[in-house]
Amino acid sequence: MATAAVGTKKLTLVQAVTDGLRTMMRESENVIVLGEDVGRNGGVFRATDGLMEEFGEKRIIDTPLAESGIIGTSIGLAMNGFRPVAEMQFLGFIYPAFNQIMTHASRIRSRTLGSFTVPMVIRAPFGAGVRAPEIHSDSVEALFTQMPGIKVVVPSNPYDAKGLLIASIEDPDPVLFLEPMRCYRSSKMDVPESKYTVEIGKGRVMKEGNQVTILTYGAMVDASLQAANEAESNGVSVEVIDLRTLYPLDKELIAASVQKTGRTVIVHEAPSTGGLGDTLISLINDTSFLYMKAPIEKVTGFDTPVPMFALEDHYLPNAARISTAIHKVINF
Amino acid sequence: MEKQFPKKQILNEDGVVVDHAFKNRLDESLVKTLYTKMFRARMFDRKGVNLQRQGRIGTYVPFEGQEAAQIGSSMAMEEGDWMFPTYRDHGATLTFGHSLKNVLLYWKGRQEGCIPPDGKKIFPPAVPIASQLLHATGAAWAEKMKGTDRASIVYFGDGATSEGDFHEGLNFASVFNIPVVFFNQNNGFAISVPIEKQMKSKTIAQKAAGYDIEGIRLDGNDVFAVYFHTKAAVEKARAGGGPTLIEAVTWRYGAHTTADDPSKYRDQNESIIRRETTDPLARLEKYMQQENIWDSSWQKQLEQDITLEIEAAVHEMENEQPPHVGDMFDHVFAENPWPIEDQKEAYALVRGE
Repeated sequence: MATAAVGTKKLTLVQAVTDGLRTMMRESENVIVLGEDVGRNGGVFRATDGLMEEFGEKRIIDTPLAESGIIGTSIGLAMNGFRPVAEMQFLGFIYPAFNQIMTHASRIRSRTLGSFTVPMVIRAPFGAGVRAPEIHSDSVEALFTQMPGIKVVVPSNPYDAKGLLIASIEDPDPVLFLEPMRCYRSSKMDVPESKYTVEIGKGRVMKEGNQVTILTYGAMVDASLQAANEAESNGVSVEVIDLRTLYPLDKELIAASVQKTGRTVIVHEAPSTGGLGDTLISLINDTSFLYMKAPIEKVTGFDTPVPMFALEDHYLPNAARISTAIHKVINF
Repeated sequence: MEKQFPKKQILNEDGVVVDHAFKNRLDESLVKTLYTKMFRARMFDRKGVNLQRQGRIGTYVPFEGQEAAQIGSSMAMEEGDWMFPTYRDHGATLTFGHSLKNVLLYWKGRQEGCIPPDGKKIFPPAVPIASQLLHATGAAWAEKMKGTDRASIVYFGDGATSEGDFHEGLNFASVFNIPVVFFNQNNGFAISVPIEKQMKSKTIAQKAAGYDIEGIRLDGNDVFAVYFHTKAAVEKARAGGGPTLIEAVTWRYGAHTTADDPSKYRDQNESIIRRETTDPLARLEKYMQQENIWDSSWQKQLEQDITLEIEAAVHEMENEQPPHVGDMFDHVFAENPWPIEDQKEAYALVRGE
């Protein structure tokens, strides 16, 4: 087992989430957690493991099985002084709460010109590739990036998970915090034991390159890095950007990279039409049209429901599909 | 179920006190305050309908006929409590301290109409039906966690009881013993759909039993019944006794909104008959006459004073500065993210600013 550097711990992504929650709950009495099975059970993915023992059931609250109820009461708590972190057991279970998020959480500040605000975080595991049952694998982030008044963040690794979660809890507005299930335990990383933040709205260059830019996030970062490394061994230099925040996007970072490479591949597992890829193409069109050397390629899920897991490997983008897209933009 | 949840009354249709337990609590100043607030709400409501007819505001939602339910319940709340209204509850919000001008601005399509006066914990009207029950529960939960004795009251109609959020709100409040009063105004119609098509249950109050909380059915046109029973529910909540579901049975005389024609779905003669038989203001006036505390010159003076107050608010509403276009952009987040800032700047250029 690798030893951690001084002041750090080796954590998986899901452990980093727990650590972020613990850090903020120790700092402020106002931070509370609500959700299904988050208490005694510690969450179905153990994201709240041990928190009830430390903070008690008044702050780690096992709620009735009602997503709209969880979000709706969290709105009331948030605008009356608390910082609720509401867990949706899976993003695919968020639909009963959609009304509360769309008509209230995201627009109370706007409706009241700032008189009432909703500083809450909604955490949700999401994405396919873990052989989960039906509906558990949805990747519907674009439903929320189109929703005015809520920020959407997606860490792909343990360090970003803790830092982004803390930034989300401190944010004065609602944040949807999406946790890629495939990355929950896929790797461990040195994570500072103390409090730190990763700024919302900032992406990160995961691998530098100068011929092709891959824009991606969540579980697709690993597949993209794999394809980029394969391309590198074939003499093609690929830059991989983990967007980390889907709204608002890191315009400067994206524009700088695509202006450097002139070729872009966008990778996400959500359906193609109306997905974040379309927004990224629009951003590149606005910032970097004259730099482009090839049409932008999208490697995405299909405009189909996520299939049951016997077919999910066909649905999910993988390194082979990403490599094909890299080849296409290079050989345009 | 109607027997288990009888429609409680203190003042009957003839203005006679039928529940003598409350007789000695009906002091003159309370009675006059209740009348004044109901009369003010009615005058405001009629003004609202007229302003819409004259094209001076947008679609308006009238509540005439429901004054006892709204004023009796809001009078039971205290400073520091929370109120979560629907779009038909400006009788309640005005009584709880909302400003006439801002309520009018709301119906003029102005965002400022969602803002309560400083210190008044009045949420903007909920438009998605029943969604506000959860906010009231959450806000009251926060008060409980803070260790205060403040409570929430939340308004909703008969149709709202069919929504999932109604049940989730009652359930959360029940499970966590939250100090919230769920105040239902059962006016018999959800726009056009009569209550018989909304539910098979004979009362709304009985739905409380499913959550093991107290359910109370009231004559919602009896302002004494509404006031005293709501007050008891709030006091119970403050003392840690948990939530209550109150069903106030009432009637809206007019349309669902000024864009609605009720003659398409019900016989409007019923409203005419009800004005003569069950009207909340007429009933209180009868009581006051019988108690020799009615004074027609007092009432005339009241009418003059309220007319002036409302006219002043209309004047303020109509002379309000035009809205800032920037407000559309500047309050989506605490700080504008770049897409909104870019859009704001681009639109300013288009407008030649």
